[in-house]
Amino acid sequence: MQKYLTCALNWVDERFPLTANWKAHLSEYYAPKNFNFWYYFGSLAILVLVIQIVSGIFLTMNYKPDADLAFASVEYIMRDVSWGWLIRYMHSTGASMFFVVVYLHMFRGLLYGSYRNPRELIWLFGVGIFLALMGEAFFGYLLPWGQMSYWGAQVIINLFTSIPFIGPDISLWLRGDYMVSDATLNRFFAFHVIALPLVLLGLIAAHIIALHEVGSNNPDGIEIKKLKDPVTHIPLDGIPFHPYYTVKDIMGVAVFLMVFSVIVFFTPEMGGYFLEANNFIPADPLKTPPHIAPVWYFTPYYSILRAVPPLFNSQFPGVVAMGLSVVAFAFLPWLDRSPVKSIRYRGSKYKAWLTAFVISFLILGYLGTEPSNVWGQFDAGMPVLGGADRATVAARVLTVVYFLFFVLMPWYTKNDKTKPVPERVTG
Amino acid sequence: MKKLILILSMLLPLAATANEGMALDKAPINAANQASLQRGAKYFVNYCLNCHSASSMRYNRLRDIGLTDDQIKANLLFAAEKVGEPMSVAMNKKEAKAWFGATPPDLSVIARSRGADWLYTYLRGFYRDDTRPTGWNNVAFDKVGMPHVLWQLQGEQHLKVEETTDAHGNKVESHTLVLAKPGKLSPGEYDIMVADLVNYLTFMAEPAKLQRMQLGLIVLLFLAIFFVIARALKQEYWKDVH
Amino acid sequence: MANQEVDQSKRRFLIAATTAVGGVATVAVATPFVMSMLPSERAKAAGAPVEVDIGKVEPGSMITVEWRGKPVWIINRTQEMLDQLSKIEDKLSDPKLEVPQQPDYAKNATRSLKPNLMVLVGICTHLGCSPSSKLKAGEEGMGSDWPGGFFCPCHGSKFDLAGRVFKGSPAPINLQVPPHKYLSDTRLLIGVGEDGKEA
Repeated sequence: MQKYLTCALNWVDERFPLTANWKAHLSEYYAPKNFNFWYYFGSLAILVLVIQIVSGIFLTMNYKPDADLAFASVEYIMRDVSWGWLIRYMHSTGASMFFVVVYLHMFRGLLYGSYRNPRELIWLFGVGIFLALMGEAFFGYLLPWGQMSYWGAQVIINLFTSIPFIGPDISLWLRGDYMVSDATLNRFFAFHVIALPLVLLGLIAAHIIALHEVGSNNPDGIEIKKLKDPVTHIPLDGIPFHPYYTVKDIMGVAVFLMVFSVIVFFTPEMGGYFLEANNFIPADPLKTPPHIAPVWYFTPYYSILRAVPPLFNSQFPGVVAMGLSVVAFAFLPWLDRSPVKSIRYRGSKYKAWLTAFVISFLILGYLGTEPSNVWGQFDAGMPVLGGADRATVAARVLTVVYFLFFVLMPWYTKNDKTKPVPERVTG
Repeated sequence: MKKLILILSMLLPLAATANEGMALDKAPINAANQASLQRGAKYFVNYCLNCHSASSMRYNRLRDIGLTDDQIKANLLFAAEKVGEPMSVAMNKKEAKAWFGATPPDLSVIARSRGADWLYTYLRGFYRDDTRPTGWNNVAFDKVGMPHVLWQLQGEQHLKVEETTDAHGNKVESHTLVLAKPGKLSPGEYDIMVADLVNYLTFMAEPAKLQRMQLGLIVLLFLAIFFVIARALKQEYWKDVH
Repeated sequence: MANQEVDQSKRRFLIAATTAVGGVATVAVATPFVMSMLPSERAKAAGAPVEVDIGKVEPGSMITVEWRGKPVWIINRTQEMLDQLSKIEDKLSDPKLEVPQQPDYAKNATRSLKPNLMVLVGICTHLGCSPSSKLKAGEEGMGSDWPGGFFCPCHGSKFDLAGRVFKGSPAPINLQVPPHKYLSDTRLLIGVGEDGKEA
């Protein structure tokens, strides 16, 4: 038996570098041995991608991208198609969990300076993946053709209208109609199921190829390739990805799937944050729901959009701020001037700024799900702020904090009191 | 790890659902109570299905609440011929719009968009209002287009508006519903009937719900076993790493 | 890294256990996806048994109804037509009905439950065209010895009034008799048989 397998493997290897690839990316890819909790989310993101692609393929078998049929076809999947409800809930839960996993994956980068030299390109591909994912989520959200789908798309597309001069034409071109309509739904379907998945796959391949070229960072922010065994040339702090990290990631997958299953089987709406109640009402172009908010993973940016006051009667500054708040991540490799990478050896300034950033991100996220009067108004008698919505003022302050984290980074990272970095990785 | 706890604690306000507007009465429903669901299905077919459709719901799905095809055919199948057909409505959409000002919405997933508590409050919240074309208004849905279909059962309610002064000296309007003319059912009986109907509407909005939760337990149990084995495998290999 | 004191048998056991449980999980996840491709409740409802009123089918005539998207013929045969059936057996490919193209309760001389009433799926067993009816004996274009039956315009297959295929036709086997039963003298149900079996 063994003989035949070896024989078959040789046959393949002479024609395709199977063993060579296996070694390069798994059994002889040396990863630092000190990966911690935060290093599960890369492999989990791939798992969620697979879940989304497979469940998505099966949804397209029964979904109809037609304004008259779309809403009913989703309910058809939920009831008439055997196990359709499971496939649909996997896809809707997967969408949100994709963002959960990716946000935690990105936060890991902020903690340990994973974007720093020589990993700038890995980070840029990553930002590209994040943008593609946001597009994927936005296009996909229109497909159920409920009220939130419809009005969400309407609002986001109208943001483009505020671009000076060409804005209205761009919106018209995106919609392919004078309002969000069947034409819009049909093209969003094409973007969601073909165009963006292809882009996403390409970017993910580039992300991983670049990673395996330079090697993984670690919680100590030390380059393990600097210290190699003089005989074997294997990094002293490296262990082969397979089997050590494959078995570790399998354990991570088991935990993740438990969380995923709890949501899919027990609370697929997730209290209205994963599936919104208003989206169970078919799209009605004549009636806007009383309170519309984007899905939770867009809300920090949506809050920033709302927080920026209009200039010359134009929403454009808000749109620019929202765009910048996402794109800002791409500049991190060049904004960070610290001599160390990991938060373990950084000084208190970076820690304070990162904490402030995370807090503003989360509160902005929360405020984005609520109407702007959620915290009531300041007393009319108060100077300056009198009568203003408390939540809007808070969002403005937090927006400033959000951007200062990026803008001031060159200074607070450079003159921060760092600790000495050890030669070898620690526990 | 500290960061993780921080993040989790920040997520807590997200988990609480905001409930704006009026206070809703909690619907006393139970998805496992088949007798209640069956009664609810009967009320739905008799009172709602004349004007509202439930076009995603097939009659034979009522098997899930313990009815047989023959029972469905004999007792519930007024608007269709075959048990496999969806619950459509004979009423013409245009005529309906002319009568009620709006086409009566499809009720297949109404419990998912409105919520059981809203439906329970709404169906018990009709009161006489002669300024409305139908003569009825509703505490949960101001200026509702739908007349009170169940008025013979509930009777006629009136809205009593009282102005009181609270502890801070502010004037507060309180609204209470008063039963002016009793109907065929006592208020308690009527509440039970509405609860049955809402129970059914909730079932109809997601017929696979019970199955989903039962399967979920098995899946979680299985994953727990998988986790134990995967963890043992990981620990066995990581003995090598010092 | 390789440690000499590693308990290889324990590792092999744990790998096997993880692979086994993971394999079960994969199959368990794949099952709903595969099942989702079976006919949905809508398809099943559309393919549900069809009730037909046969009270108005005159002797010597036929009606066509739709069942699962296919034409089903109900032919009310006259006594002369029935008499013909036994006389032409030597011209047929399968007069003994050896190929199970009919439920057991229709495996008889007339291929039917009631001798006069013939129920057939009107799809040629050659390549799926729907044959035309040529019910009358000696009908025009069919030759003087034509006993009455069906003619497929696609490739010229010929069938008699019991749906049995004539020798020399491209069609290999007889037309299918669908499961059916009589609810009353005038109500016919297509899709469920006398024996309670569905198609």
